[in-house]
Amino acid sequence: MRRPAGLSGVYFEDRFNYDSLRDVLRQVMAGAENTTEHGMWSHEMKNQLRVMLYTLTIALILAALWVVKASAQNPTPTDDEVNRIAHQLYCPVCENTPLDFCPTEACRQWRDLIRQQLSQGWTEDQIKQYFAEQYGARVLAEPPRTGLNWLVYILPPVIILAGAFLLFRMLRAWTKPPAASSAAGSAKEAAQDDYVARLEEELKKRK
Amino acid sequence: MTENTNTPPRRGIPLRTQIVIWILLIGLLAIIAIELNRSQRGTVQPGEAIRDFTLPLYSGYEYEGQNEIRLSDLRGKVVFINFWASWCKPCEQEAPELVKAWEYYKPGGQVVFLGVDYVDTEPAARIYMKKFKITYPNGPDLGTRLAQLFRIKGVPETYFIDQNGALQYVQIGPFTSLQQIQSIIEPMLKK
Repeated sequence: MRRPAGLSGVYFEDRFNYDSLRDVLRQVMAGAENTTEHGMWSHEMKNQLRVMLYTLTIALILAALWVVKASAQNPTPTDDEVNRIAHQLYCPVCENTPLDFCPTEACRQWRDLIRQQLSQGWTEDQIKQYFAEQYGARVLAEPPRTGLNWLVYILPPVIILAGAFLLFRMLRAWTKPPAASSAAGSAKEAAQDDYVARLEEELKKRK
Repeated sequence: MTENTNTPPRRGIPLRTQIVIWILLIGLLAIIAIELNRSQRGTVQPGEAIRDFTLPLYSGYEYEGQNEIRLSDLRGKVVFINFWASWCKPCEQEAPELVKAWEYYKPGGQVVFLGVDYVDTEPAARIYMKKFKITYPNGPDLGTRLAQLFRIKGVPETYFIDQNGALQYVQIGPFTSLQQIQSIIEPMLKK
């Protein structure tokens, strides 16, 4: 047993027999030379090995391409994509809770369903339509424009416009006093001025 | 005193427009009142007439080989309509009792059990039905039409309809035993 030069302390030599290793390496080298001599790694075998390697490489490349294509066709939807649609839907069970915020087990199932539908290539409209058919139109954040639902779209602008019109009329009436009353007011003021002038004149005379 | 004849005519909203506005306002208030009244009426009560309905059934849970079931086709039988959902924990509590009751009444053919899956997803519903070994006809309440028809307030709720199609009993909440279900069905069968 010999310690390698430049190394000290407790080292491989305590567990490893370098002489044995050298013997093994020598035998391996000799074996390799023999195989060459005996033609075990002949030209034909090398060719076969090369063909096998090429085939394996091509198969691996094709498999990789197939996986990439498959994942491109059915990409896993992200949470943001799911929540974007869930935000347009309301929990059918809880009151006034958008599906993306709803913490219940039922809502989790519906979000999973949206994810599944997205991965199957469903469009946003198809998913919303499915939910409306399954759970009723009340799950839609934006009610369909049919029947009495039209009131939701028509009433607010009509009420706002009517309110604005009334406010405008009232403001105009407040800021512009009636002509008749203003004329009466100025006549009264003029009469008062005359009276004050005469009063002052009388006072001066008495002084 | 002399009357001022030069006063300009008073401008305002024409009478016809006022009438239209008032009619619209009254109509709107009437709609709100009807809806409020409807939402506060609670579930249908025994004695109230139940409108006919058709329930589509999940495959594997059909009724006599048909993939939908109509209430009017069940005249002459006691109909047990149970609203449930896979996300409903109290429903899980009563599910084994319902299965026991179905197994008890199924051979007689006088009682039809009908599960109405309320706002649920089919995969979750199937897992639930498999878990509790439910075999009686079950289907989804599409568009919550049946829930609105029965004006349910939650799940589980069960409605018992007699042989003449009249609602006899309403159970709000889960059943706790087979005997509880039997105590409702047996008197109906004796009629």
